[in-house]
Amino acid sequence: MISLRDVNRSFGDHRVLKDISFDIRPGRMTGFVGGNGAGKTTTMRIILGVLTPDSGSVEVDGAPITPGYRANIGYMPEERGLYPKMQILDQLVYLARLHGKTQKEATANAQGLLERLGLGERMKDPLEDLSLGNQQRAQIAAALVHDPVALILDEPFSGLDPVAVDTTVEVLRDVADSGAPVLFSSHQLDVVERLCDELVILADGQVHAQGTRQELLASATEPEWELHVDADTGWVRDTGVRVQAFDGGRVRFAASSPEQANQVLAEAQRRGTVHHFGQTSRTLHEIFKETIQ
Amino acid sequence: MMTPSTETVQSTQNSPHVPNTGSGTATTRDTRGLRRTPFWQAVGVVSGREIRVRLASKAFIITTAIMLGGILLGSLVLPRLSDAFSSTETVAVTTASQSEVAALGDDVEAMPVDSAEAARAAVESGEASAAVVPSGDSPTGLTVIAERDVPTGLVQALSQSPAVELLDPNAPNPMLVYFIALGFGLVFFMAASLFGATIAQSVVEEKQTRIVEILLATVPARAILAGKVIGNSVIALGQVALFAAAALLGMQINEDTLPLDGLGMPILWFVLLFAVGFVMLAALYAAAASLVSRSEDIGSATSPVMMLVMLPYFAVIVFNNNPDILRVMSFIPFSAPVAVPLRVYLGEGALWEHLLSLGILLATTAVVLWLASRVYERSVLRTGKRISWKQALAG
Repeated sequence: MISLRDVNRSFGDHRVLKDISFDIRPGRMTGFVGGNGAGKTTTMRIILGVLTPDSGSVEVDGAPITPGYRANIGYMPEERGLYPKMQILDQLVYLARLHGKTQKEATANAQGLLERLGLGERMKDPLEDLSLGNQQRAQIAAALVHDPVALILDEPFSGLDPVAVDTTVEVLRDVADSGAPVLFSSHQLDVVERLCDELVILADGQVHAQGTRQELLASATEPEWELHVDADTGWVRDTGVRVQAFDGGRVRFAASSPEQANQVLAEAQRRGTVHHFGQTSRTLHEIFKETIQ
Repeated sequence: MMTPSTETVQSTQNSPHVPNTGSGTATTRDTRGLRRTPFWQAVGVVSGREIRVRLASKAFIITTAIMLGGILLGSLVLPRLSDAFSSTETVAVTTASQSEVAALGDDVEAMPVDSAEAARAAVESGEASAAVVPSGDSPTGLTVIAERDVPTGLVQALSQSPAVELLDPNAPNPMLVYFIALGFGLVFFMAASLFGATIAQSVVEEKQTRIVEILLATVPARAILAGKVIGNSVIALGQVALFAAAALLGMQINEDTLPLDGLGMPILWFVLLFAVGFVMLAALYAAAASLVSRSEDIGSATSPVMMLVMLPYFAVIVFNNNPDILRVMSFIPFSAPVAVPLRVYLGEGALWEHLLSLGILLATTAVVLWLASRVYERSVLRTGKRISWKQALAG
């Protein structure tokens, strides 16, 4: 488990990270979301040791992170970069060898990954000849080629088509299943919602919420119900629940318990025909927007 | 706003994806034995890439081939050029002066004419470039007639010289010293600026493409810097050795057209000091380049280093015959690789002086390496505006 403890970092007068603490659990995929400039990239760089925190610490299983551990993290930085004129197989082999793999191991790993990510035919091509989506796949391979013990990926899915997202997720899931903590950031909340086991929401340099999606849904908001009836629903205001939206025969309200919601339903049935009644499933998108407001 | 800030939710709900692993209890890998790639192994991998990239570069191979050809051709042909340009002079002579002129040898062709007037006419018409006629007034008994310029060679040949005793007939020919100085200076200048630019380019390429962030997450900045410096030094030394071999081969074919006696030791000193000095300059180039983010800015960033490289080149051209300045230059690390071999060739300075120069160069190189790795480490991740040396050193 990788843990951040009260990490602070400023650039000049600008406090980018304020007492950041969260855990990245082994074997799980943790989504890392936040608006632009929330501090995601800075946090990732601090985990990698590319930046040092002003205060606070990064720990692995309770002990301070070692350079040895850091060197074995698979990292995909926010700004992509590989050598444009070098063959992709060569670059992957080079990166794996920098991580201490032998030429043989490095070549085997690189070839296997490229095959899996659908770049088997393009191994001998220089990076600049590939489409942006394929460059992105090569970049993902670069983060995985040295059998990493953990993954820190900044926007790994940007620029990928849905099929490529699925292949990539499969590969990442395999790494997580081997017991590695995986942290990835994304702006595509639907993708995060579908993929991650846990979530950390960062806003304005602070952790605003963290936990599994269900936990976040349960804790971050009161449950909401939707009611659709024949007649006007103005009376709902007087039942003690909080009305969120109201439009003629439709109303959306938050209730503190299912019982309270049921009372509203009973009242509605007494007054007329009920077309629809149910708990609304909120999307991460809404939670995210509420959280960072 | 219903969200409690920084609330950590800890429950045992399982996510849909990993139903069997509760939080924190997944099978963890043993991470205690993890270590970084050993420093020198990383340096080896980085320098290996630098060398491979350089050797795979068509531009590099072609430039090297052209320069090799040029050097070989130059060393073969240049010494023979003087033969091609020397021509025989036609000199009009009368019967009285014919024997004197004939004694001058093959460079002068005597053209007998009837009288002094005919000789004068031959010069005027351009048939002869000069004329030598008897004269009662001159101490040599001869007058040289020419159209406009004094035919210095002819006049000297006909003059009576006092006896000359040379005390040190083997002292270095100033012209030769000049060319040897120029040779050392040129090789140093070319190699340092060429490979300096290459290193600068490769530093900025990594910064511009941002791969440096991946590299830095893997190995220390010092290992990347050392790999670049070592890789390029190997290529530079190899190239210089190849050029030297071509020059020597050309001279060998020409046999003894150039007196190369006594150049062995100076060349040895040059190679030794060049190797150290090159590492120093390469580190400076890398540090200077790490200050900028775009390849367009490399020129302005590396120009101070370029000045340091040009210093010995121009200094030897101007001061190669001034022992005092050469002595000072030999103690300045940037000009030592050129000044010391020259002093060794001229037989100036004691061995301890040369060793001191080497010591100063080594010490400076150590300091420069330390400074350069500091600057490189601190600026290589900063993109955007150019960083000043001061900012980079202050952190």
